Amino acid sequence: MSPHGNPEAPASSAAEIANEAAKVPAGPATPAAAAAEAQAGAAGRNVWPIWEVFVRSSRGLSHVHAGSLHAPDAAMALRNARDLYTRRNEGVSIWVVPADAIASSDPDAKGSFFESPQGKDYRHATYYTKSEGVKHL
Amino acid sequence: MSTPETAAPASADVQADPHGGHGDISVGVSGAGASGDGTASATRITPGNALRPEDIALAVSRGTAKPDEDVAELALRLGDDALILAQRLGHWISRAPELEEDVALGNIALDQLGHARSFLSYAGGLDGRSEDDLAYFRGEQEFRSVELFEQPNGDFAVTIARQFVVSYYQFELYRRLAASTDATLAGIAAKAVKEVDYHRDHSTQWVLRLALGTDESRQRMIRAFKVIWPYVDELFRDDELTGRLSAAGAAPLPSSLREDFDRLTGEVLAEAELDVPQVPAARGGGREGKHSEHLGYILAEMQVLAREHPGASW
Repeated sequence: MSPHGNPEAPASSAAEIANEAAKVPAGPATPAAAAAEAQAGAAGRNVWPIWEVFVRSSRGLSHVHAGSLHAPDAAMALRNARDLYTRRNEGVSIWVVPADAIASSDPDAKGSFFESPQGKDYRHATYYTKSEGVKHL
Repeated sequence: MSTPETAAPASADVQADPHGGHGDISVGVSGAGASGDGTASATRITPGNALRPEDIALAVSRGTAKPDEDVAELALRLGDDALILAQRLGHWISRAPELEEDVALGNIALDQLGHARSFLSYAGGLDGRSEDDLAYFRGEQEFRSVELFEQPNGDFAVTIARQFVVSYYQFELYRRLAASTDATLAGIAAKAVKEVDYHRDHSTQWVLRLALGTDESRQRMIRAFKVIWPYVDELFRDDELTGRLSAAGAAPLPSSLREDFDRLTGEVLAEAELDVPQVPAARGGGREGKHSEHLGYILAEMQVLAREHPGASW
């Protein structure tokens, strides 16, 4: 007998949950996710989509990206985020976003995208000298 | 926290040098970039402030909290329920359908273990035994947990069915116990009820997804409730002890929880398009130390290290 009720094949039941539980569509799969799914499909199981997690540590602060996780839908993503990223009292609020819904800048375009502001000191308030007689500056 | 932490030095640098003009702005900007500590956590970690098992053990050892005989027996019952469930759930670590669910079940197990430690620390106050004495050095017949908690994990659906019943039962119990005339019991329950509330949500989410998922997941969920439901009745049985505790205002009668339990679980089952299983109740007897064949195996695994190496620490 199996005295501790060792589950024989929990993974197989999970695959079926994943099939149907995606009630909140996470958008089209990324190439990476599609590749992972194809690989997992070969092993007979699907992969839950990836969600990005943002946690606000206290009132008045903004949500900060904390990491990512797998979940079948938004409701479970929030719960998984609670379990994974607020175990040490880190948060009072959580956002989850389907990873596919995030558009990101091209890491190879750093020069054209981000170097233009360098040397443009006049965009900073400290570039300017205070006019005489101006109070409260 | 990284945003305010990295932003603060930037503005501080700028303000610290009011005469610097535009020439120094780059220092402020690069300083802010450099202060972005690569090893810093994106979120702030704090221990929080809550009633811990250690606080109860301390209060017991100082003599500021001492249970009477009846309260100690109740604490033993509830502590044993939580302890055995924690041991069962711990078996899922690395075996759940996904890593995320590993952590979810692990968190629930740790919540239960925390409740067990608090209850057992308090129960031990009667005769000076520690939580470890009670957990590791009692025999099977000295355990007071009911049969539901020692039921095997089965497949994921069975574990979820067990969690569903346990969490709705414990929520109703702790909610009332938080108003106990015994301050320590009330304190433990007040902390526990919030955690158990989350356990209700976790199991409910899964009941709905399994029952309304594929044919296979639905069949497994239906089967799981048939496996688990015979052990529901025992949770709500009154006996002499609960009668005395109820009369003293220290704890609710188990039977008084049944109506709310039936109503709330019934709502979820209806939403999941499931019927309450019509199955005969199991004999039970855990409160008198009569257990099913499962408990011995659980205790063997849980206690072997402490008994093989008494007093060992690591």
